[in-house]
Amino acid sequence: MMETAHFLLDGVAVPFAEGQTILEAARAAGRYIPHLCWHPDFPPHGSCKLCIVAVGGRHLSACATPAVDGAVVASDVPEINAERRALLQMLFVEGNHFCPSCEKSGLCQLQALASELGMTTPRFNHFYPDRPVDASHPDVLLDFNRCIYCELCVRASRDQDGKSVFALTNRGIHKHLVVNAESGRLGDTDFAADDVAAGICPVGVILRKRVGFAVPIGSRTYDTRPISAVSMDREEP
Amino acid sequence: MSFELETASDRAGLRRVAIDPVSRVEGHGKVTLLIDDAGDVQEARLHIVEFRGFEVFIQGRPYWEVPVMVQRLCGICPVSHHLAASKALDRVLGVDRLTPSADKLRRLMHYGQILQSHALHFFYLASPDLLFGFGSELGRRNIVGVAAAEPDVARRGIGLRRFGQQVIEATAGKRIHGTGAVPGGVNRHLAGADRQRLAGESATIVAWARDAVQLVRRLHESDPTLYDSFGREPSALMSLVRPGDGALELYDGVLRLRDADGRIELDGVGDQDYRRIISEEVKPWSYMKFPYMTHLGPERGWYKVGPLARVQNCEFIPTPLAEAERRAFRDYAGGAIQHGPLAYHWTRMIEMLHAAELIDQMLEDPDLVAGERMADGERGHDGVGIIEAPRGTLIHHYTVDDDDLVEWCNLIVSTTHNNQAMNAAVRRVAREHLSGRPIDEGLLNHVEVAIRAFDPCLSCATHALGRMPLVIECVTADGRPLQTLVRDS
Repeated sequence: MMETAHFLLDGVAVPFAEGQTILEAARAAGRYIPHLCWHPDFPPHGSCKLCIVAVGGRHLSACATPAVDGAVVASDVPEINAERRALLQMLFVEGNHFCPSCEKSGLCQLQALASELGMTTPRFNHFYPDRPVDASHPDVLLDFNRCIYCELCVRASRDQDGKSVFALTNRGIHKHLVVNAESGRLGDTDFAADDVAAGICPVGVILRKRVGFAVPIGSRTYDTRPISAVSMDREEP
Repeated sequence: MSFELETASDRAGLRRVAIDPVSRVEGHGKVTLLIDDAGDVQEARLHIVEFRGFEVFIQGRPYWEVPVMVQRLCGICPVSHHLAASKALDRVLGVDRLTPSADKLRRLMHYGQILQSHALHFFYLASPDLLFGFGSELGRRNIVGVAAAEPDVARRGIGLRRFGQQVIEATAGKRIHGTGAVPGGVNRHLAGADRQRLAGESATIVAWARDAVQLVRRLHESDPTLYDSFGREPSALMSLVRPGDGALELYDGVLRLRDADGRIELDGVGDQDYRRIISEEVKPWSYMKFPYMTHLGPERGWYKVGPLARVQNCEFIPTPLAEAERRAFRDYAGGAIQHGPLAYHWTRMIEMLHAAELIDQMLEDPDLVAGERMADGERGHDGVGIIEAPRGTLIHHYTVDDDDLVEWCNLIVSTTHNNQAMNAAVRRVAREHLSGRPIDEGLLNHVEVAIRAFDPCLSCATHALGRMPLVIECVTADGRPLQTLVRDS
């Protein structure tokens, strides 16, 4: 009988099938690795780096690294979690994330991860970028202040809705989300509130209008359960 | 225009005394006094030294975010801003009548706010002056000193505030900066367990609130000369009253202005029409505006708001114990209008009793735990919400564009209405208690006692951002003016 291939995740053996990534295999084994840009319905993106793990001394994205038999992987350890906190802190200061008045509070994966990983201060100087909202669509508001460039909306609109409403433009520190219309306004696209892309934003950029605080703070998804538990609820496709 | 003692005729050579910061108030302010060689005060000003900018930075934000965002103006009375904004945005949504459940849940939240804020102000901030004396030992003039000398008073004060905050938590989700009200209604009912818990204590809270009224009343009766005249400057009184019968109304009513002698000058002004009667003046030495009645002008048109105005503006208080105390208050002065700032404390405690009675009455109402929460109407673009916050009339006004973003906002908060009244009281106290005497901490505290009586919330009051008028004066060490820079608004 052949022995099942496995790697060690924080000292625990995790079996995997050929072609699985470290993150996928870990999830299948009930082990949570933090992530923001990864989504079970899409190929790995590897941009947020929150799923960083240490494999043989190298720091790699678990979502994009194939599992290898016998590998020794460190994830929930102080060194890696400190790196994740630093990444979160950079995301927070790059945009304008005012959780106290944000309608996504309690439903936001960025906020939930910051809480999960014990981020208590922004640490770095805030950029305070000037990013006006786009309220031109009758049913959906875009608040660019909160974008973390995960491209889930770009991918969902292109690959599942077949519309390509969104794109990232420019590079490096000047990178930002844009709308694929001559005017640059969402209201001038064929975007619809029931598009997959409308419900996929892990933060508070794409918002259904006039909902706001209809669900009380305190009874929202991440108010009652940590993201490490919520994230594991979903069955893999 | 300038009032007596607002600006010295010749500031050269005058000695400057500053009370900075004014203590035991919410927010940051200072008082400057300019005193001549004879020790007479020539200029006295209450300055507000911080500003916020909410009116500008909510521009361009979606309207449904506003009630949660603007309440961050304040950590003491966020519920008032939360509700005033919600009321204004109800109007934008075309909702002029909430569902019974929404109306009652918002009222319950508001009465909890009145109760906790009034208890906080009286017991934590003001009572040390009143119980120990304005010039008493500095180290004792605080809530810890009260707890040591009058443990029952302190314990009940803390208990009253706690109960008010529990009411807020049960209706808004959090004691501070909750999210209970949304444009068009509310997002929750009162949980049965919360209702049961609050109802189990509400009768005790009413009794404690009643005792608090008696405590303040005894203070007045023990030294009527001081309490009646300290910082007294007659002025008109403005507040909401209940339409029709003129009863005390804290959540939703019509504006009434009573002149300094007690005659009703304006009445029945709907909240959407506030701009018809109120204007605001800016002065180069303060971040806080000076509102006045438009038809009377800035010199004669200033007024007081808050408990002293409300209790004397209404025809009656629609709860029995508070109404009995209102009558006692009125009889104390033989039916005349009382203008002394220290009478704010008495009326504040009467209102606290009223709020406690209302909470006690409401908790059995089935609409709090079930029923439709949201209403809708025909969407408009402009809405005004006026509420009687603990410190006085609070006005929120918004215009919202077709894309649901806030275009423009104007906030006139309670403390701003009282700006001239507080300055007038400061000048009266400076003239009567400080002029001609060696200035020490105890005397300076007299000025603070006058300000404190209004329960000012200075952080709420300095929300405007824009091109403020500004005067910068450079003076030498001995007070000689060197250069003056002026920027007009």
